[in-house]
Amino acid sequence: MGPINLLWLQAAGCGGCTMAILEQGRAGWFAELASFGINLLWHPSVSEATADEVTDLLADVAAERTALSILVVEGAVLRGPNGSGRFNMLGGTGRSMASWIGELAPRADYVVAVGSCSAYGGVPAAGHNPTDASGLQFLGTEPGGVLGAAFRSKAGLPVINIAGCAPHPGWIAETLAALALGDFSDSALDSFARPKFFAEHLAHHGCARNEFYEFKASAEAMSQRGCLMEHLGCKATQAVGDCNQRAWNGGGSCTQGGYPCIACTSPGFEAASNYMTTAKVAGIPVGLPLDMPKAWFVALAALSKSATPKRVRANANADHVVVPPTPSGQRRK
Amino acid sequence: MRRITVGPFNRVEGDLEVRLDIDDGVVVSAEVTAPLYRGFEQILEGRPSLDALTLAPRICGICSVSQSMAAVAALRAVDGLHPAPNGLHAANIAHAAENAADHLTHFYVFFMPDFARASYAGRPWHAAVAERFAATRGTAAREVLPARARLLEIMGLVAGKWPHSLAFQPGGTTRAIGLGERVRLLSIIANFRSFLETTVFYDDLEAVLALDSGAALESWRDGRGGDFARFLAIADDLALDKLGRGAAPLMSFGAYQGVDAPLFAAGLYDPATSRWRALDIDAITEDVSHAWMRDTAAEPALAQTLPDADRPGGYSWCKAPRLDGRPIEVGALARQAVDGDALIRDLLRRHGPNVRTRVIARLMETAGLALAMQRWARQIALDAPFLDPAARVGEGAGIGLVEAARGSLGHWIELSGDRIRRYQIIAPTTWNFSPRDANGIAGPLEQALVGTPVGEEGAASVAVQHVVRSFDPCMVCTAH
Repeated sequence: MGPINLLWLQAAGCGGCTMAILEQGRAGWFAELASFGINLLWHPSVSEATADEVTDLLADVAAERTALSILVVEGAVLRGPNGSGRFNMLGGTGRSMASWIGELAPRADYVVAVGSCSAYGGVPAAGHNPTDASGLQFLGTEPGGVLGAAFRSKAGLPVINIAGCAPHPGWIAETLAALALGDFSDSALDSFARPKFFAEHLAHHGCARNEFYEFKASAEAMSQRGCLMEHLGCKATQAVGDCNQRAWNGGGSCTQGGYPCIACTSPGFEAASNYMTTAKVAGIPVGLPLDMPKAWFVALAALSKSATPKRVRANANADHVVVPPTPSGQRRK
Repeated sequence: MRRITVGPFNRVEGDLEVRLDIDDGVVVSAEVTAPLYRGFEQILEGRPSLDALTLAPRICGICSVSQSMAAVAALRAVDGLHPAPNGLHAANIAHAAENAADHLTHFYVFFMPDFARASYAGRPWHAAVAERFAATRGTAAREVLPARARLLEIMGLVAGKWPHSLAFQPGGTTRAIGLGERVRLLSIIANFRSFLETTVFYDDLEAVLALDSGAALESWRDGRGGDFARFLAIADDLALDKLGRGAAPLMSFGAYQGVDAPLFAAGLYDPATSRWRALDIDAITEDVSHAWMRDTAAEPALAQTLPDADRPGGYSWCKAPRLDGRPIEVGALARQAVDGDALIRDLLRRHGPNVRTRVIARLMETAGLALAMQRWARQIALDAPFLDPAARVGEGAGIGLVEAARGSLGHWIELSGDRIRRYQIIAPTTWNFSPRDANGIAGPLEQALVGTPVGEEGAASVAVQHVVRSFDPCMVCTAH
């Protein structure tokens, strides 16, 4: 077996997925790739090859003179204006990124969409989608995208969607390493082709605000410690991701940072608005926790609110702990 | 005369294309193309005002906090809001962490690997420099990437995550920093400082920041180890002070808003006359004569962004911003010159803006940021709020001006009924990599490339790579 060649292309994105992966590894991402036998054929942000050297390299991949194990695409694919792809050209080649991706994707054993843009269209597809942006194999929740719903890479898999804006560096690194190890199959993906190892969890799982959630002790303004779901738009009970089971940048997460989950791992998250306000009908949040019948939620919420300890209620609307818990062993009898 | 095209242009943020007219082995004219347009201004229009806090940072993954801060500043300006002082300090720490991480990424990952190229194999320093800085293989990457990741742990404490956070709000920041968190911040900053002192500078940061002239820098670096001194030696050998010369005025919007004054002052500094003057924001215009854009108002507060891929004369998605009708250079060099840094002003008097001074300014600023972050962390009042709850109205116009790592970033917004009526963004690289304007005046990079010797190498000329990367372009921000 030859080296596991990885080619990373940036289409219409912000480069944030690359910034995320560069946080990976105690000895840096390059050392981590090497430890799994992955040869970084070219990455626009970090590789030496430039200009004609890159065009030659891409031509070699296109002609299958160079074997391509993993093609990573970061950023949405822009099809506009008028199907020309001219909103995103690859410099020096006179060709659109859409055209390059269409040519190179069938040459790869695996095609990986890094980030919600290349997976589902993401932020560039927001509003009236001025550039006709699309994901590789989805546009929002609709299968298809630029490669078509029937596309399978040479290894027989659909595009693997490492959703997130930006994804956790671990999601990217672990997916790439698992591919290199040969540990990946169709069954490792959920219905939106996200790796299950992070997508079979909810962002809510492990949230440090869990006690506030249980008692429906809700924050009413940003920076307060209470649950962000009832008033401040938090979608962590509906969005996939092991976000609160991993440390982001050493120990953070969106809800740890004091702001709501915006469901950036969900196709179409960019189509929402008022991200910091919970949409409600008759006082009940429209987006209820996944799998939870509405009547149950309403009943449980009412019950737990009636049982909320004073401590939890007070802390929910403060930005730091105002009433600490009193361990029973310290209580005077 | 012949024309060559250089692209894809990598080891920058995003992609670009440069077309060069070469005569007798020297660049006589250059055209810079931003090849990506995503339409953020179009996407933002019509949305609820606060959606800008979710969407604007996603313009850019490398200067996400800067985009957040510009949106926040514009929203504050509309309603005349003032953030809680703690929120100001916390945001400054996160913003400085991003900018310092960007400067490190630029130096180690984007800029220095060019000196490891085989075309320099004949230079006496090449073997050692290639071992240290070769792209993805050099020993420096194993040190700098973990140091960068550790520095960005500041984001985990202040902003939840990076890139793309909602922690930055008109009233301040969303995560209160307590006693333990402040210690963790100081510990991260101390680690960062230690990296700078042992790997980059080989000296205490106070001693580095005391350098106040080109002569002082020369005697300081004599016989010194560290990656900064390594760069200075290469710069001498390759005469990088004669490469990528700029003549445009240098601008800064002022960086790191304080309770009273910013850490780095706002203004204009003209390297041709060594004069400072105050900045007139109303003198900023944008020209679309060579952009793939429809005609619109020249004033950013009144302009729209509507693409036209077939516009005659267009060659970039980037508009051409001008101040008093002139192209402007922005970035760490401009910021430090405007603020009055003695070393930078002396270097500018001697050699003007060039590849060497741009790189020096970035590293010196990084040293200053480490100390500023320590001060801000100490200034946090642990029992005071981080977010001021004053109500927003969301009616009227506002301008948000900040300094990103790469220079001046402005958001011009107009709100109506707390929805976005108009949104215009001018990013740092919009200034630096602007195309020509209606008078045919080339943008700063286009001018800086003129005179670059490319010899027989043509598109493979590494000198062109040095000039372009000395600006640390962010192409995703450029046309946005």
